[in-house]
Amino acid sequence: MQALKALALTGILLLSNFGSKENGLGVGDKAADFNLKNVDGKMISLSSNKAAKGYILVFTCNTCPYANMYEQRIIDLHNKYAGQGYPVLAIQPNDTGKSPGDSFENMQARAKEKAYPFPYVIDETQQTTTTYGATNTPQVYVLNKVSDNNFRVEYIGAIDNNSRNASAASKHYVQEAVDSLIAGADVSTKSTKAIGCTIKWSN
Amino acid sequence: MEVVKFEALQDIMETNSEKVEVINFWATWCKPCIAEIPYFQKLHETNDEVRVTLVSLDFADEFQKKVMPFVEKNGISADVILLDNIDYNSWIDKVDPSWSGAIPATLVINHKNGKRKFVEKELEEGEIESIVMELTD
Repeated sequence: MQALKALALTGILLLSNFGSKENGLGVGDKAADFNLKNVDGKMISLSSNKAAKGYILVFTCNTCPYANMYEQRIIDLHNKYAGQGYPVLAIQPNDTGKSPGDSFENMQARAKEKAYPFPYVIDETQQTTTTYGATNTPQVYVLNKVSDNNFRVEYIGAIDNNSRNASAASKHYVQEAVDSLIAGADVSTKSTKAIGCTIKWSN
Repeated sequence: MEVVKFEALQDIMETNSEKVEVINFWATWCKPCIAEIPYFQKLHETNDEVRVTLVSLDFADEFQKKVMPFVEKNGISADVILLDNIDYNSWIDKVDPSWSGAIPATLVINHKNGKRKFVEKELEEGEIESIVMELTD
């Protein structure tokens, strides 16, 4: 009976663990492709960048203070890894009616002001955000190319473990994940959580 | 009002108490959080069976500059603590495994009957009262 109880409890714990990803992609899943409008007006999908061996897919926005704190770090990640085949691709997931600061025009202004070296696309229907199961900004999905037009999710979560001060972070989750992929090794920390802003969903 | 480590929050979550514990995670920079704070203050003022704890996730070095003035300006008398641990991944699951880390988020615990509910969203007016009711038998 005790064993049964323990088994049931384990089941519940496992379910509740998967619960956070029940409506989205998990690590190991095939990354869903999309076709979203970039700030330059062009449509972007995972196959747009032929040289990409993977992506640092970041759900981020103009308005979240945490996204702002990580903005330079996102630019730095791109500058460090784009040349090695792992560019940043930033997706703005918020409904612009709920969050006017994240409108396409405001995204364009932000990208220009900060000279984003990566695409900053808008998920107008929020379908891609829903498919991935993104929950907050900023949130990263590290993708690795398995074959043509076939990318796999290798990491989901935070950029590092110090939102306040990049140089004080002791764990650089995304860097570690991408470094592992470049080295052909398994990603050791596959998912993390961080305090962030809710995705602003349309009604 | 004080700056605390995670153990202080763990105490509230785990120590048996007569009152229903209502723990709200917020920050002064979080607009939807600020919008729902009056509902928690009202709950604190009107329901003696409940203990409201507003857990600020602002940075500890901004406690005096941001959090204290906010609390004073808005006449908040519910308990306010600032959780000083920005290694978020080390404790988010301990609050609730279903929490993504987005705020606002609210945890309600009735230690007397063991019922517990976690919600990760902005609450509407009256919703926190319904959750407290749901956990009271």
